Amino acid sequence: MFDSYVENTLQYHPDRCINCLRCTQVCPHGVFGEGKGHVELMRPAACMECGACASNCPARAIEVQSGVGCAWAMIGAALRGKDMDSGDCCCGGEDGSCCK
Amino acid sequence: MSSDKITSSACSCVPQPDKNQFITLTSKMQESEILATTSRSTLNDRLDHFFARVGVNRMGHIVKPGLYKLGNPTRDSQVFVSANYTLSFDALRCALAGTDCYILVLDTKGINVWCAAGKGTFGTDELVKRIMWSGLYNIVRHRTVIVPQLGAPGISAHEVQSRSGFKVEFGPVRATDLPEYLKTHKATPEMRRVHFALKDRLVLTPVELRHASLPTVVAAIALYLLAGSIAALAAITTVITGTVLFPALLPFIPTHDFSTKGLILGLLVAVPFATSFAADPAMPLLMKAIISLAFVLTIPAVTAYLALNFTGCTTFTSRTGVKKEIYRYVPVMALMAGSGTLLLIIFGAIRLMEMV
Repeated sequence: MFDSYVENTLQYHPDRCINCLRCTQVCPHGVFGEGKGHVELMRPAACMECGACASNCPARAIEVQSGVGCAWAMIGAALRGKDMDSGDCCCGGEDGSCCK
Repeated sequence: MSSDKITSSACSCVPQPDKNQFITLTSKMQESEILATTSRSTLNDRLDHFFARVGVNRMGHIVKPGLYKLGNPTRDSQVFVSANYTLSFDALRCALAGTDCYILVLDTKGINVWCAAGKGTFGTDELVKRIMWSGLYNIVRHRTVIVPQLGAPGISAHEVQSRSGFKVEFGPVRATDLPEYLKTHKATPEMRRVHFALKDRLVLTPVELRHASLPTVVAAIALYLLAGSIAALAAITTVITGTVLFPALLPFIPTHDFSTKGLILGLLVAVPFATSFAADPAMPLLMKAIISLAFVLTIPAVTAYLALNFTGCTTFTSRTGVKKEIYRYVPVMALMAGSGTLLLIIFGAIRLMEMV
């Protein structure tokens, strides 16, 4: 209840893992940890879908629909009649950019 | 051992680099000069950081992209990668005081490393291009670049290696951890984790407040005309609650969702305003009820909306979660704000009729 962040799009296929440990280095939330023979999912609910792990996995053992979790950008896209997922991160715009 | 694995596997699954692209790039572009920088933070730098933080000239805090030398680097000196946003570049060069090295600044259009990585401007293509253009091959003997960890969403290490020959080493999240990291080139789990401490949250509030300032002034004037100065004060208080108090209190407000946190905080702020009207002995009961209800509906709704918009500033909200929040709570907020505004208009209309 009142927690929309339990589920996310992170998918990990341990059978493809080559144990290079790149994901454990790039994840800013400690989602992956060292395991026996392959990396283990330690805190899957902490994933913020930044996509660092997936783009740095040479074995393609990790899949995630990465994107910026910014309501400002998504509501803006929806109001302009665009797909919410297409919404670029708003930073970099002249006015009303969200992040810096 | 692990790096061998990366290389071999990268060769098998990554598409072959588009060599032609680099031939045209390198033949068209002259090797750029090496710029010089220092580890000093001058008064001008600090002024620039201040203006960046308060949101003045937002896209103007730019460093010229290219290769910089810090101190007196040799052919064996390390190469650090940064964004061309002054706050990012200055944090790196100041943390590297006393280290002779090179800094390769990517063109991220004046955006910080993490946001630019999310957009892809701090990305594999840009890094590979800058490595080529800077002529790094002839400047250093080794083949490693150190990239900030938060650049990882945009940088695919194995792809950079297969396309440029340079191995990507992900450094710590914070530049301030670099001196410690460089002793062993191994990051502790603590160095790998991103935080969002009170200070991190508070530095973002001036920009948030600035964004909301114009609508706030308009709302305050409208409310002053409809219901008087206390109502105008309520508008200003609501916006400060949503943009400053909410970020400051973020971890301490109950529930996990930003919208519900905002509703709770907004309700706490609404109660004093509602009671101040309810306690007015000169006001008829119906009018008391209308204005109190209007505050209890509008203030939490606006606070919750501002709170939800803070998700983009945080370091941990996933897009799936934010989308879920939008679908769950924005209709409720709209309904609350809409009916609250309607009540305020009714209140103002009744008062106007009484005056006439």
